[in-house]
Amino acid sequence: MNAAAKLALPEPVIEVEKLYAQYGDKPVLRDITLSIAVGEVMVIMGGSGSGKSTLLRHMLGLEVPTSGRVQVLGVDIVKAPRRAMQEMRRKIGVAFQSGALFSSMTIGENIMLPLCEHARLDIETMRIMMRLKLDFVDLAGAEDLMPAQLSGGMIKRAAVARAIIMDPQLVFLDEPSAGLDPVVAAGVDELILQLRAGGASLVVVTHELESAFRIADRITVLDRGEILISGSVDTVKASGNERVQALLTRKVEHARHTPEEFLRTLTGRLGSP
Amino acid sequence: MRKLAENFGRDAVAALTELGQGTVLFAESLAWTATGAARKQPVRLAAVFAQAMEIGIRALPIVFVLSIAIGAMVAIQGIYSLSIFGAESKVTLGVALSVTREFAPLITGVLVAGRSGSALAARLGTMKINQEIDALTVMGINPVRYLVAPALLAMLVMLPLLTWFADCVGLLGAGLYVTQKLGVSFTAYLNELQASVSVDDLLHGIGKSGIFAVLITIIGVVNGIGVTGGADGIGRVTTRAVVHGISAIVITDMLFAYLVIQ
Repeated sequence: MNAAAKLALPEPVIEVEKLYAQYGDKPVLRDITLSIAVGEVMVIMGGSGSGKSTLLRHMLGLEVPTSGRVQVLGVDIVKAPRRAMQEMRRKIGVAFQSGALFSSMTIGENIMLPLCEHARLDIETMRIMMRLKLDFVDLAGAEDLMPAQLSGGMIKRAAVARAIIMDPQLVFLDEPSAGLDPVVAAGVDELILQLRAGGASLVVVTHELESAFRIADRITVLDRGEILISGSVDTVKASGNERVQALLTRKVEHARHTPEEFLRTLTGRLGSP
Repeated sequence: MRKLAENFGRDAVAALTELGQGTVLFAESLAWTATGAARKQPVRLAAVFAQAMEIGIRALPIVFVLSIAIGAMVAIQGIYSLSIFGAESKVTLGVALSVTREFAPLITGVLVAGRSGSALAARLGTMKINQEIDALTVMGINPVRYLVAPALLAMLVMLPLLTWFADCVGLLGAGLYVTQKLGVSFTAYLNELQASVSVDDLLHGIGKSGIFAVLITIIGVVNGIGVTGGADGIGRVTTRAVVHGISAIVITDMLFAYLVIQ
């Protein structure tokens, strides 16, 4: 690739470089380096406790890393001033695992909240936009319901509607299909693909294999805070890494400890030989 | 012994951290109130009114009941104590000063700490556990501006108003007993009240309630956002907010009285 062609390449929407994070003395992310291109669906996979949600929180600027750099939409979120962060956050949308809908507001009010706070639009225009997004996530007519009146799948879809109300360039979805029945989960996957078709870049954290293979342009597999592999769906499937294969084939990992270590775990004397 | 010292040190550091956190939250809330509009992120009046309704208007019935009972109680004890010296006729002076300078702000503060301070801690704690505060942050909505500043403003307006209401009701409660017990007319009681209470006495109590308002809000918020765990964590911070709130009110009241009277 020549220099001119390199210059023409769009800047990645996310660049993470040598990211380290720890809670107390316990390292939770180690040497994470990855980038996500414009219009790409990046799926971050891993088992429970692998660090995928922690990585997502660092990308969102909700955690401060021990060291390393996280750049989102051109903003270095470790060093950026508050105003630059505010500007960047208006261009992203996030749907949390639990939905994180405000329980004191109706679904319609939840979805309109970013518009009410950031857009100078009249209420009727905001209502129309909210109904469009509700229709997009197949929740037409649910605007006057309270979050407590919705099922798990409906809450996730309402959270997606809120995440995309400002038509963000970049959408983060944390476990969007976890705990949903296969039909509803397939519907959420379809939504993600529609968002990509609309030009958005997406970061999807999931441990649902089927969903990941269906929606991903690239997959990053995390284990114990480290990236095991990052590449296309086919690259990940073909990986010879034992831990990647254990995750893909859902193989239960036994015997991580030697008998001596196991004994120390039982007796509670983890540090002593 | 070493463990005791370590625990003491850890608790002291945690307390200082919370104190610092509270100070920053207070300063940030004031800053958002003053500069929010210029930064195109104003503190919403609708949110302030909603909080004022909850903190102030809905508390009126219970403030009325407690104040009238406290006023009558002070009058009963006052007449009993003064009768030892044959000075029952001076009870109005004692009642007026006790209620306006001490009992009305203290009882209202304790009541609001139990009612609204705990509600604030529970609400913020639940929002934190449900990732609602994270959701606000990533939407570019500052949680201090959106959640803390309206509560602080509403508390700063409503607690002094509730205290003034408690002054009136407490003095009414005392008057009902005094007029009946000493056989004086209500007009005579009111005239004596007017002669006994100065504007300074009223402002002494109402001024204190402004400080209580800041304490209740900040203690509720610091406890709420400091929640860990699930439902039991919410219960823990709610109780903690009430205990800390009431303790802070009583200690501040004592310091305020000492400093002002010196």
